[in-house]
Amino acid sequence: MERESIEYDVVIVGGGPSGLASACKLKQLNPNLSVCLLEKGSEIGSHILSGAVFEPKTLFDLFPEDAKDCPSLKTPVAKDDLFWLTGENKSIKVPSWLMPKSLHNKGNYIISLGELCQWISEKAMELGVDIFPGFPAQNYLKDESGRVIGISTGDMGIDKEGNQKGTFTPGMDILAKQTIFAEGARGHLGKQLIREFNLDEGKTPQHFAIGFKEIWEVENDNHSPGDVVHTMGWPLNEGTTGGGFLYHFDNKKVAVGLIVDLNYTNPSHSPFQEFQQFKRHPKIKEFLESGKRVSYGARAITKGGINSLVKMDFNGGMIVGCDAGTLNPSKIKGSHCALQSGILAAEYIHKILNEEICDFDDLFKGSSLYQELYKSRNFSAAMHKFGFYLGAAYNFIESNIFRNALPFTIKDEQKDCDSLNLNNPLYAKEYPAPDNVLSFDITSSLFLSGTNHEEDQPVHLKLTDPSIPLTRNKELFDEPAQRYCPAGVYEIIDKEGEEYFQINAQNCLHCKTCDIKDPSQNINWTPPEGGGGPNYIGM
Amino acid sequence: MSALILIELNGSDVSANTRAAITAALNLSDSLDALVLTNDASNASSVSALAGINTVKMIVDDALEHANVEVASRLIADVMNDYSFLVAGSSTFSKNILPRVGALLDVQPISDVCEIKSKNTFVRPLYAGNVMATVETSDETIVMTVRATAFEHSGDGGSASVETISASMPSANSEFISLQESVSERPELTTAERIVSGGRGLGSKENFALIEQLADKLDAAIGASRAAVDAGFISNDYQVGQTGKVVAPKLYLAVGISGAIQHLAGMKDSQVIVVINNDPDAPMSRMADLVWQVDLFDALNELNAYQV
Amino acid sequence: MKIIIPVKRVLDPYTQARVNKQTQQVDLTNAKMAMNPFCEIAVEEALTLKESGSASETIAVSIGTDKTVDTLRTALAMGVDRAIFIKTDSELDLQPLHVAKILANIIKREEAELVIMGKQAVDNDNNQTGQMLSGLIDYSLGTFISKFDLSDDASSVEIGREIDSGIETRKLNLPAIVTVDLRLNEPRYASLPNIMKARSKPLETIELSSLGIDTSPRIKILSVEESGTKDRASKQVSSAEELFTELNQMGVL
Ligand SMILES: Cc1cc2nc3c(=O)[nH]c(=O)nc-3n(C[C@H](O)[C@H](O)[C@H](O)COP(=O)(O)OP(=O)(O)OC[C@H]3O[C@@H](n4cnc5c(N)ncnc54)[C@H](O)[C@@H]3O)c2cc1C
Ligand SMILES: Cc1cc2nc3c(=O)[nH]c(=O)nc-3n(C[C@H](O)[C@H](O)[C@H](O)COP(=O)(O)OP(=O)(O)OC[C@H]3O[C@@H](n4cnc5c(N)ncnc54)[C@H](O)[C@@H]3O)c2cc1C
Ligand code: SF4
Repeated sequence: MERESIEYDVVIVGGGPSGLASACKLKQLNPNLSVCLLEKGSEIGSHILSGAVFEPKTLFDLFPEDAKDCPSLKTPVAKDDLFWLTGENKSIKVPSWLMPKSLHNKGNYIISLGELCQWISEKAMELGVDIFPGFPAQNYLKDESGRVIGISTGDMGIDKEGNQKGTFTPGMDILAKQTIFAEGARGHLGKQLIREFNLDEGKTPQHFAIGFKEIWEVENDNHSPGDVVHTMGWPLNEGTTGGGFLYHFDNKKVAVGLIVDLNYTNPSHSPFQEFQQFKRHPKIKEFLESGKRVSYGARAITKGGINSLVKMDFNGGMIVGCDAGTLNPSKIKGSHCALQSGILAAEYIHKILNEEICDFDDLFKGSSLYQELYKSRNFSAAMHKFGFYLGAAYNFIESNIFRNALPFTIKDEQKDCDSLNLNNPLYAKEYPAPDNVLSFDITSSLFLSGTNHEEDQPVHLKLTDPSIPLTRNKELFDEPAQRYCPAGVYEIIDKEGEEYFQINAQNCLHCKTCDIKDPSQNINWTPPEGGGGPNYIGM
Repeated sequence: MSALILIELNGSDVSANTRAAITAALNLSDSLDALVLTNDASNASSVSALAGINTVKMIVDDALEHANVEVASRLIADVMNDYSFLVAGSSTFSKNILPRVGALLDVQPISDVCEIKSKNTFVRPLYAGNVMATVETSDETIVMTVRATAFEHSGDGGSASVETISASMPSANSEFISLQESVSERPELTTAERIVSGGRGLGSKENFALIEQLADKLDAAIGASRAAVDAGFISNDYQVGQTGKVVAPKLYLAVGISGAIQHLAGMKDSQVIVVINNDPDAPMSRMADLVWQVDLFDALNELNAYQV
Repeated sequence: MKIIIPVKRVLDPYTQARVNKQTQQVDLTNAKMAMNPFCEIAVEEALTLKESGSASETIAVSIGTDKTVDTLRTALAMGVDRAIFIKTDSELDLQPLHVAKILANIIKREEAELVIMGKQAVDNDNNQTGQMLSGLIDYSLGTFISKFDLSDDASSVEIGREIDSGIETRKLNLPAIVTVDLRLNEPRYASLPNIMKARSKPLETIELSSLGIDTSPRIKILSVEESGTKDRASKQVSSAEELFTELNQMGVL
């Protein structure tokens, strides 16, 4: 069977808010363009996980007529609370006037970003975009001059050992005048492009967090749609920053989550366990008790802000959204930024396809996205540099008193993969066993993510050097992959008396944490056979 | 309001799921008749001995040795004039025939009934048993199969009269060629009364033989977790769970299985669950009636050596 | 020889069915849907027959709301020649008897001699439609098949049936209906180029109401309930003897 190829004007990789916004905007600007969008999830939205409190303005910019009918915008934020959890049972409510401005959510909506993406994808199809879910872009293609000319999709029907099975189906090449990469946090093609085209030259290293989320169905009288609760502090402590959230949807649904910055230092730290503990705090428990957990998932967040935002255009294409790093870290909101960056990319590409002279940097610097990101430029660097309390104080002062107009920029030059201290039994963290009411183990959690991969296929988590997990990583850090992976993919098991590093690839949630945090940068996340991965509903 | 039980024979014995059907049907009617389609009139004896049956209706014809479904469904439909219920145990035998009978009678049959709420209201599983639905039928004649795991198996002790019906055989458009019985001497996994199931804890294919040995001792079927299948200890048709087989034996003995929710989905309705595991926190233990916290090799050796 | 392959759109078998307590129905809003895995196997078998030259045309049929077209497009992308979409206005609660009646109508219209379909749909797990269809149109029937050999003159087919006691081999004269089991074949993927091409393959839409078939429900679902796992009060044992004694007392040996 031969590889086939097809040509489009523009091909877009990734059906998140950024990619979908690019697709829609391109067709709005020029209905004659042929535009195709590939999504690795089996459906649009099935790999999307977000909080999410959503700033709707950009959606109205994109669909001035239709946005008001978008079914995702049904739960406006009604109330905003911020708690500082000072201990296992203790908390202080941060008064509204003391809350960082960026955490105020008036005018925003509590949404499922996955559902919003489904809605936008319907609009895109109406506009004539060809959308193909279930097909990851595996590689990008270049011509002799080094220009990106499209992507190729992966072969299907290859067994564990790499042999063709009876169902073997070759991938195909999709060629395009312009290719937009919108893979979200730590895109595997984005990562290569950034390296190959030096897109991060002069930028501080990108920073990431891992975000956990569960949806609960609650019976509770405390449930009040539109209420937003944010927390800082417990169970995370010095050396680990991040924060919790709890959003009340309609239909007696509550989204609860914890975001843990990946520059944590203690190798025995388990973000998954921290999240499970978090739910036992009285401030969270009161809403979940007597409820039932219905879904679970995790996803990395790109949060370096404008200091780490890579150059978004290169020869033959663009990189947009969290793939490039457009999230606003002071709000931990990236959906509206992703939409905006997608729109900007479409406007730029429309111009250059018409052979107009245009500089993307100028376009970007004139945008409200740039304004927003510039204002929050010091947020996460301050957290990283000064630690939680000082960092929080700094952020409060900067955002509420100086209104983000301070004339200097703080930078954090350490990569997340380099932040781990050496394993020290003295500081080993122990976590209580799951109570199966509020806290659970990984297996039962995974079940609720719906994750699934064809079993007989090559492992999609590639080790550059297979010996490292049991040598360097084990000796220095007690192989932290066993704890940072939210899906229990990595295990050191005893195989007839010998230690063996097992990769349960079929459990993978595509969160990309291993690709980011491995202290030896030895794990490469690559896309598995199409359609594999979580099946998030309403996340 | 009498009910007709479609009898499934294993050789000349009445099948276990037919006995469950009798128990179920007694909730619907106090007047039960049995229908036997066979080539051998002597099969009447095991059926007339069933407790609870009034009359055994026999249709005997050489053509019924490997009854073909087009013929069987026509014959059954013709007998149904006198009955309000047609009940059979769930099996490939009944699932082959009953829906076709339903079509001939213009009735919507009900599959895999697990509970009888009233004469027209039943509980049956959907979505591989993850959802139980209470359904109400408006059909005048009710045709259903019942899960053998959900009803007691009625015994013998009756002395039903036997009535042979002479029926002309409808023409057949298919023919029997051969039957290749499964090679395993062990009971079939999905209907076995006892299952010994092994997980990743076994460590190797060679060690898995200890499970087979215990299964033989208990006259049990063999099961496995997906991890055991993935590791190549045993072939995939033994996998129990969400993506494997669903079982509900009297005894489920789980050795070296942690009890992932996907595994539980396939065996949670087992009557007695025994767990052999050295990890006291294995989720499987919460499901268990009996837990033996021990190294599984010690346990298996001791069990295999034990003189019952 | 024309082959008809009825296909059903169901909740993806790898996703957990959830009950909406308010509506007392399984919640399918935004849920991931897919072609019933048994139907995929049926499509594969039909395609193999077409490729071997035994079939003249393969036609996929599905009944449902507009979304059902996705499933037919998948069948077209896998390779069937054309599709027939029986459109219902709402998520009607169609039961196997109704589906069989609708299919019977289409099969007569198309004069198809072979129907290949899944042995059951993984949502309602009824395992009935093929059998009922065969009763309505008096075709010969082979259920749960794991082997399918068409005779050279295409007048009959030898099938292997997976039954509780083993494998039964039978010969069916055509016209016939077979319902397929998992081990029959491994269905192919719908490749991206074929998905693209499938967009221009013929898909005919027929309004269900135009067929004049009574679809008033025979069975009403009164309520549904998720059946979770329950913890049991477990008792510790510590020797083979103790275990066997307990099991004997429980009467399970
Ligand atoms: C726990 C959590 C809470 C959050 N809370 C909020 C919030 O409250 N408000 C807010 O505004 N933002 C929030 N965010 C951030 C927000 O979700 C992201 O900024 C946003 O989703 C980024 O959009 P994107 O289009 O860049 O990427 P994504 O949304 O990640 O979409 C990328 C898509 O591309 C697909 N893809 C990736 N690689 C490939 C490939 N090679 N081939 C084909 N497809 C591919 C992926 O499957 C995915 O569907 C949160 C994030 C997390 C994790
Ligand atoms: C979508 C999906 C579908 C799945 N479907 C299925 C399915 O259908 N069926 C299924 O089974 N799984 C399924 N799984 C996999 C499931 O999640 C688990 O990974 C699997 O069941 C684990 O198998 P196990 O219990 O044998 O292995 P483990 O979880 O590794 O457990 C081994 C157990 O053995 C014990 N043990 C080890 N050594 C000894 C010893 N010497 N003495 C005593 N005890 C010992 C350990 O304490 C442990 O409890 C599915 C997973 C996914 C994601
Ligand atoms: S293997 Fe990597 S990408 Fe997959 S869930 Fe684990 S950490 Fe995330």
